[in-house]
Amino acid sequence: MLAVLAVVGLLVFGLISKGSSGVALGDPAPATPLPRLQGGGDESLAQYKGQWVLVNFWASWCIPCKQEAPALESFQRQHGGPRFTVLGIDSRDLSGDGREFVRRYGLSYPQLRDGDGGAAHDFGTTGVPENFLIDPAGKVRWLLRGPVDDEYLRNEVAPFLPKGNS
Amino acid sequence: MRARAALLAVAVLAALAPSASAAQRASLTEIEKQVMCPVCGTLLQLAESPQAQRERAFIRRLIVAGKGEGQIKDALVAEYGNEVLALPQGSGFSLSAYLVPIVAFLVAAVALALGVMRWRRAGGDSGGGGPAAPAGPKGSDAERLDADLARYDL
Repeated sequence: MLAVLAVVGLLVFGLISKGSSGVALGDPAPATPLPRLQGGGDESLAQYKGQWVLVNFWASWCIPCKQEAPALESFQRQHGGPRFTVLGIDSRDLSGDGREFVRRYGLSYPQLRDGDGGAAHDFGTTGVPENFLIDPAGKVRWLLRGPVDDEYLRNEVAPFLPKGNS
Repeated sequence: MRARAALLAVAVLAALAPSASAAQRASLTEIEKQVMCPVCGTLLQLAESPQAQRERAFIRRLIVAGKGEGQIKDALVAEYGNEVLALPQGSGFSLSAYLVPIVAFLVAAVALALGVMRWRRAGGDSGGGGPAAPAGPKGSDAERLDADLARYDL
């Protein structure tokens, strides 16, 4: 009986620990602290409360990530400021490769590192790149499970942002 | 003569030294069997994704830098977390991956032994020896059987 209970317990534990994860529109965005890709120290989305944040999951080996990087950088230069930023999360990637990617594409927005994919799992990503727009209250307002480009950012993301500063 | 023997010994040692260090050198093939491709969810040995290629290149660089197998696995854990290891580490919660099957096996063996002992004891209480003779009908059943048999003229 004890053995049966133990096996059932393990199965339940397995189901719970592998259970569904991820965020939907309107959900609070996961705010687990992550190490910065460059410069040391940790940072979390909680530190961006009061600001719109476009969270971009990427990896240096991902070809669509390379294609969208210039558009994200351009959008950051255009809208980045005290009320909006792009926030890159380098997921399941080698940190050296990630830093080289940032250097090569001249990315000026903050970058965090998600080596074990824990944050990607919390957000429910299915791959890279994926993009989540987080509002100043820390809730997911828009998401795209795929790469963005200039036109998409202009038409789908920019309308959310406060006029005039960004 | 002694000098010649000493020279020979030095030559033999010199010949053995490189092969000894080569034996200790980490091998990509061996490490690939022990670590995962985190994106693919398979052993690195079986993975061909771009991420797997980067991971192999990283391992090769560390091998060239003279790192040992343990150091390379530590470096991979630092990059990708513990889940990059195909086999759980023998400490902390991961130790349960090794202990639970052993404990489960022991519990099952003890349960089986107890069951067999109880079964044998129950067999002994019923008189032991050979199998019990089948019991015949009793009471009213026996009388009805006799009456039925009497109706047949065999």
